[in-house]
Amino acid sequence: MEGASSPREGGQLLANLMYFARALRAAGLPVGPGQVLNAVEAVRQVGIENRADFYWALHAVFVNRRDQHDIFDQAFHIFWRNPKLLEKMMGLLLPSLSVADPEAQEMNRRLAEALAEGQPGKTREAEQEQEFDAAMSFSEREVLRRMDFEQMSNAEMARAREAVRRLALVLAESPTRRFAVNPRGARIDMRATLRAQLRSGGIIALKRKNRVSRPPPLVVLCDISGSMSRYTRLFLHFIHAVARDRGRVHAFLFGTRLTNITRHLHTRDVDEALDRVAASVEDWSGGTRIGKSLAAFNRRWSRRVLGQGAVVLFISDGLDRDGGAGLAREMERLHKSCRRLIWLNPLLRYAGFAPKSLGMRAILPHVDEFRPVHNLESLEALAEALKRAGPRRLDAAQHWRPELEKRAG
Amino acid sequence: MPSAPPASVSDTLALLGRGSYVADRSLATAVHLALSLKRPLFLEGEAGTGKTEVAKVLAEVLGRKLIRLQCYEGLDVASAVYEWNYARQMIEIRLAESGRESKDTVEEEIFSEKFLIERPLLLALKPDLAGPPVLLIDELDRADEPFEAYLLEVLSDFQVSIPELGTVKASAPPIVVITSNRTREIHDALKRRCFYYWIDYPSAERELAILKLKAPGTAAALSREVVAFVQKLRATPDLFKLPGIAETIDWAHALSQLDVLALTPEAINDTLGVLLKYQDDIARIQGSEAERLLSQVKAELAGAK
Repeated sequence: MEGASSPREGGQLLANLMYFARALRAAGLPVGPGQVLNAVEAVRQVGIENRADFYWALHAVFVNRRDQHDIFDQAFHIFWRNPKLLEKMMGLLLPSLSVADPEAQEMNRRLAEALAEGQPGKTREAEQEQEFDAAMSFSEREVLRRMDFEQMSNAEMARAREAVRRLALVLAESPTRRFAVNPRGARIDMRATLRAQLRSGGIIALKRKNRVSRPPPLVVLCDISGSMSRYTRLFLHFIHAVARDRGRVHAFLFGTRLTNITRHLHTRDVDEALDRVAASVEDWSGGTRIGKSLAAFNRRWSRRVLGQGAVVLFISDGLDRDGGAGLAREMERLHKSCRRLIWLNPLLRYAGFAPKSLGMRAILPHVDEFRPVHNLESLEALAEALKRAGPRRLDAAQHWRPELEKRAG
Repeated sequence: MPSAPPASVSDTLALLGRGSYVADRSLATAVHLALSLKRPLFLEGEAGTGKTEVAKVLAEVLGRKLIRLQCYEGLDVASAVYEWNYARQMIEIRLAESGRESKDTVEEEIFSEKFLIERPLLLALKPDLAGPPVLLIDELDRADEPFEAYLLEVLSDFQVSIPELGTVKASAPPIVVITSNRTREIHDALKRRCFYYWIDYPSAERELAILKLKAPGTAAALSREVVAFVQKLRATPDLFKLPGIAETIDWAHALSQLDVLALTPEAINDTLGVLLKYQDDIARIQGSEAERLLSQVKAELAGAK
């Protein structure tokens, strides 16, 4: 049963396993050298007589997640027939970076700047802008804070992004079931007490401990349909800033379909991160299918990312191409699965806003808070609100109920 | 009767079969690797697909002790690994004080194994007459990240250090089975040390075989209908929680209890709560949808004959 083939043959298999691991790595599986060694061991155990066993042995070693299965499966079948073929296939399969975003050029701004550094004319311009930036007076800053993202010029937008990046988002902490030493704690730490007692002897001095609290996970669901396109880039900056210094942030974009961009956000450089996001999303500035996207989220992700009392930021204007079909049900499901659901809607800036569209009317009864998000001020207010514990559940629904009923009647 | 680990994948498959666990060959491969290379087996899958059962069956057929650690949020060393018996220690200190023993002797005395309460992880490292035990770490996704990190340390060296007592190392590593329902992603560092396997819903054929073993009292015709109906349900796109094998077995039991010999729309409506656990799901299937699925099932079964 031991893979007791001749040493020469074994060497060939070894090399092939290594190439296979390399191919998997190139295809995006996190395969390290340790796993290659494990694979060799595993193959030795199982032998290579049975192709299925060989397959599943490698599968058990290289695949760590269910979504990696398909990549592995394809790679396996191509590679173990003809290792050369795979390389060629990969060249064809690698995603070409086609970006429908009109501002795609701007995405590589930093890169472009770095390349253009040699040219004297360009540098001067950049310097000038910097001088201007520093000279911005208090009142200008105030104006910028209140200015609608939609009406900003490119330069103002760039400055707004800067401000967003500095925005610190502190979530109200929730208690965990863990304890840490705390002199004013509510519970007695028996272990510490006994140890102290042994050292001193005589009178028992009680040591105390208290519950540890920590910020809950944060999940951002952001609409990137055509009607939101003016805001999208800024929100992406916002999401990147939020995800930057914190674990347990998950972000999803949706238009007509749902895309998980959490992994791309871990790239520290914001332009690079956004490039990756742009490459992974296929439905920029298209229509919106909120109900369908939410259904996909609820089914595939909610149980995985909404555990442990997550706070959900739902960023959308509520304009739904499907006219809110099936939306209420999915919204209710989402609301029931999280601790706090905050709907951020840029349309709420208008004084006479009324939840008219079918989509909005389907969403509103199921959110805890309903906030505008159209300028820096509203983002700051959001950060302020997140610091405190949330309102009673469905507060927003209570507040807007007369409006909803009037429309319904 | 303890027995040696199986020698090949086929043997492993037969071994699982002896514990009346109907496994795919792919699962048997993963189990075989975990047993022979003495590395943990990481089983992920939806609730009710038989993850925990793997560990139970392994313990049973190999004749090993099963040690189970059910994870929950805030699970800490005191409830997973060991704890000192404080009450007894207190008494001991008081007794020692009256006996005028030196402080050092007292310290040595009260931090000895006599006062140690062993929890699952420590227990699993202790030698056992029947051979290394099966350690089931159930629903790891419910524990928090700090515990996961701690587990990483235990599972890589199979040793636990107790500051007051020293290091406890397993002479032979236990058979470790970790399960997760994927309510959050387990860190890659931990998964990397394990053999990973995703337990999917079974095929109709396999589900029927399982049902025959687990609900032997069910009439053959009813079993076929039950399995076909459940398979249809799993293909329904907008259910929030699909029924697992556990639900299928429960349902078969429930139907036989009610003396149902063949599925009828009424019987389904009455017992749907056994199969679906979300009100929205039940509301969607109950009534006309159940009837539609049932007529499809009946037509297919009639066609197959």
